[in-house]
Parts: sequence; structure tokens; C-alpha cells
Amino acid sequence: MTDGSVAGGSWLNYPTLLLFATVVIVLAIATLIARYLSRQRNPSMNPALIERFVLRLRVWWLMCAILIFGLLLHRTGTIVLFGLISFWAYREFITMTPTRRGDHRALFWSLVVLTPLQYVLIGIGKTNWKIGYGETFDSYNLYSIMIPVYATLFIPALIAVAGDSKKFLERSAQITLGLLICVYSLSHAPAILDLNLASSDGHKWSGSNAGLLFFFVLISQLSDVFQWSWSRIGGKHIVAPEISSTRTWEGCIAGSLSAGVCGGLLYWVTPFAIWEAAMLSIIVAVLGFMGGMTMSAIKRNRGVQDYGTLVIGHAGVLDRIDSLCFAAPIFYHLTRFFFAIEV
Amino acid sequence: MPSVSAAREQTLARSTACRITGRTIALVARLVSGYSVRWIDCQPEMSQRIYFANHSSHLDAVVLWSALPTKIRALTRPVAAADYWGASRWKRFLAESFNALLIDRQKIKVHHSPVEMMIESIGDIYSLIVFPEGGRSVDDEMGEFKSGLYYLAKKRPDLELVPVYMDNLSRILPRGEVIPVPLLSSITIGHPIFLESGEPKADFLRRARQAVRQLKEL
Repeated sequence: MTDGSVAGGSWLNYPTLLLFATVVIVLAIATLIARYLSRQRNPSMNPALIERFVLRLRVWWLMCAILIFGLLLHRTGTIVLFGLISFWAYREFITMTPTRRGDHRALFWSLVVLTPLQYVLIGIGKTNWKIGYGETFDSYNLYSIMIPVYATLFIPALIAVAGDSKKFLERSAQITLGLLICVYSLSHAPAILDLNLASSDGHKWSGSNAGLLFFFVLISQLSDVFQWSWSRIGGKHIVAPEISSTRTWEGCIAGSLSAGVCGGLLYWVTPFAIWEAAMLSIIVAVLGFMGGMTMSAIKRNRGVQDYGTLVIGHAGVLDRIDSLCFAAPIFYHLTRFFFAIEV
Repeated sequence: MPSVSAAREQTLARSTACRITGRTIALVARLVSGYSVRWIDCQPEMSQRIYFANHSSHLDAVVLWSALPTKIRALTRPVAAADYWGASRWKRFLAESFNALLIDRQKIKVHHSPVEMMIESIGDIYSLIVFPEGGRSVDDEMGEFKSGLYYLAKKRPDLELVPVYMDNLSRILPRGEVIPVPLLSSITIGHPIFLESGEPKADFLRRARQAVRQLKEL
């Protein structure tokens, strides 16, 4: 087990704590502004918009608190936290997609067996267990392929064995795609914790991987905010009105660039140089855009009327993390490809 | 009919041993079924009631019981099938913990009908959870209501009849499956109805069924 030897330097170093503090202060200021605006009753401000802002703020406070709480619980706590989020998101996903009775076994496997197993594998990480010719077992070799290879073949087979051919392709696709997005992709976020990183000039990075994870989540959430705001301010060309009536090309581009600027400004938490942090942030933002579009398309496809009543009060975990899900594996692999070193 | 104090004593005797298991069951039921409860034109109250719901899964009784507020739950007994819940020691123990009233569907006697058993067992403090379809519906459409609900209402016209619609439980534990898949479900509790004086049986049962079906659309 890698528990004793956390990748990188200390678990939470000074810059990471500074980043936590910055986020909390920004949220506090935003909350004060929201309070002020809602008391003002300014006729030029749309009260529905302010109300939505206040609601959003509450969600951000909650997310921020949960994430910092998880990170304070160290590596295991963070992995368990992301595991629970994946489980809940996948549960929402399946609840809202029409499956048939023949899918029961497949659903059991994917929700009750594969979802926890993926996070157990992430938790195992690099070990000293001998396998084969003096090599040791690194669970990366398994968790990076378990769902896309094994599960993607295994689940349709399970459904076929159940013997119901109606909408077979659709049902298989729903279950495997949900598993891929909600579980496999998101599990790459806590996997960031185990990367041994070096800056691009070759020096081993002694910063905090927990800080890097926080940076990633922060950029992905910020890009959501920027894209939404820029769409409202200067959005003219709606990307696909059938899918989402609020996402515009202007919002996507300006929002991603703004996220890039933020990422560049926060480079001191990461092993990246300023321009590298900015580039990666733009990539995270663009993927977040793709994630948002894809999840909107799925929502439109299943028809809000049919399944909307099912998860009243619970809908939303999936809405909040769609951009995170899409960006996590790409951010992980780019970081791994360009900055990871063998120890 | 047992007196009030006898029924109270019975409650107290249960409470020590079964409260812990009962709470645990309620918690597990909540985690497995991920229910959200909506009370529409109806408030959770301690008065004696009969909750009647659609039936699509063996989980229905225990989940609806768990979804009630703790105080009400302590005074509410779900009616469940003896052939399922009495089948093994383990199941019988669980049924006892959630205070189920087991009715044997195979051995219905004329002189001691299920309705009489229900009325006897609730005295004047307990509420009941019943599934008037008599068995689990085969597809998504609810079955016709059996007449038990009518006779209950006729013998105890003072009881509020509360319609409940339970959604998605048939996917969490479908017919013929043993292990539940923890998806999300929703429970909608609607405005109470009463048996009108002189209302024919068939009309009442149709109205009751309609009351449950309406909640599906909300």
C-alpha cells in the first residue's frame, strides 16, 4: 500500500492552504454581495437572477466544504469521497434512463460491484506485491482498463444472457456509457493524488498533489461559471438550441479563455509553469463544455416529463459534476504524460 | 378488540428489543431505495389512518413504513404477505422488527377474515399500510383493487384513507429477483379520502384506485 508514502511532497502544503483560504474568502465576498443585492430591491436587477445566484452560492459552499473535508481526511478520505459521488451520480443516471427487467443483473454488477471496485483499485495504487519477473503490482494497470475493456464487454453479455432483446443496443449503451462517465472518468480525479510529478525543467516537484486536485476541481467549476456568465453577457450564437438553450459559442470561447487566465494566475499550486497551467485550464474548460453539452443531450433524450418526477430534491449531483467527469481523465493523462516521473 | 392500555403495553414491550432493529431497517431501506417523500395536500399526523398504495415490489411495505416520520412509524403496521415474509426465520424476524401484520393469502377463512384481523390488530392506536391490489402488479399498470379496503372503510368509517404512490421500486427489486439494486425512488402521499355514505363498493374501489393513480402524474 502506498499510504505511508504520499506522492509529491507533503499532503497539504502552504500554497494549498492559501488556495483554500482564497476560495473561502471569494465565496464569502460573493455571499455578502448577494445579500446586499437581494436587500436592495433594485428595479433594474432581475430578482429571479439574484435568487438563482444565491442558490448557486449555496451549492458552491457545500461543494467547497465537502471537498476540503475530504482532502483533510487524507488520501483514503478523498478516494472514498469521490467514490460516493460517483455512486450517487451513477444512481441518478440509471434512475433517469429507461431500463428493463432484464437489466437487473447488469445493473447490480455495475452499480454495486464495479463502482466500488474501481475506487478500491484506485485506493490500492502502487504496491510491493511481487508479480511475475520481479515486477510489483501497480493497480493503475488494472483500473485504467477495467471499465472500458472488461465491463464494456461483460455488461452487454450479461444483458444478452437475461434474454430480452427489446432495445438491446440502447440498454447496453445506457448502462456502459453511464459507468464510463460517472465512475471511470470521475475516478481519475482522485488518481491525481498518486502521480509523482516533476516540473517541465526536470526538477522533482515537492508540492502537494491534494492541492493539484483542488486546483483541477476549482478550474472546472470556474469555467462553468465563466461560460454561463459570458453567455448571458455577450452570447449571440447558440450552439445547439435543441440541446441547451443557454450555451453559446461566445460563452464557450470567452469562458474557456477566462478559465485559462485564472489557471495561469494560480500556477503556484501546481508543478506547471504559468503558460502550461493556462493551457491545461483551457483544455479543462473546453472538456467541461463538452461534458455539459453531452449531459444536456442525454437529459433531453430521456425527456424531462417522463423521469423528472423521480428524483425531486436529488437531481443535481450529476448536473454539478458533468464537466468534472469529462475533464478528469484528460487532465490526468496529460499531466501524467508530460509531468510524471518514475520513482 | 383489545383495550387501549393492552395495546400500549404491547407497544412498550416491543420497543426495547425491536426499536434498534426497526431503526436499522429504516436506515437500510432508505439507503437501498434512495426515496424522496412528498406530502401533497396531506400532513404527517398521529391520527389513525390507513395508507393504501400501489404494489410492485416486495420492498414496498418496508420502504413506505421507513419513509414515515419516526413517531408515526412506531404506530404504523404494514400488512404483508405471510407466504413471503413468514417463509424463513430471518424474514420473520425482519417482519417482526418493522411491526408487520402478516396475512396468509392462501388460507383465508370465512369466520376470521383478513379485514377482521386488521381491525383487531390496530385497536384504536395503530395505523395500517395496505396494498389493495392484493399482489404485485405484473407490468407498470396497477391492478384492480380488492374489496378489503372497502370493508375496512365500512367497519371503521372514522379512519382516514390516505392514498400513496410509490415509484420505481419495481426496478430496485423486480419480481423474481433476490438482490436489490440501489436506485432512487419516490413516494407521493396524497389527500385522504373517505367512504361516502351509501357509496357502492365498485364505485368506491374505482375512486380509491384513481386517487393513487392521480399521484403518479403529480
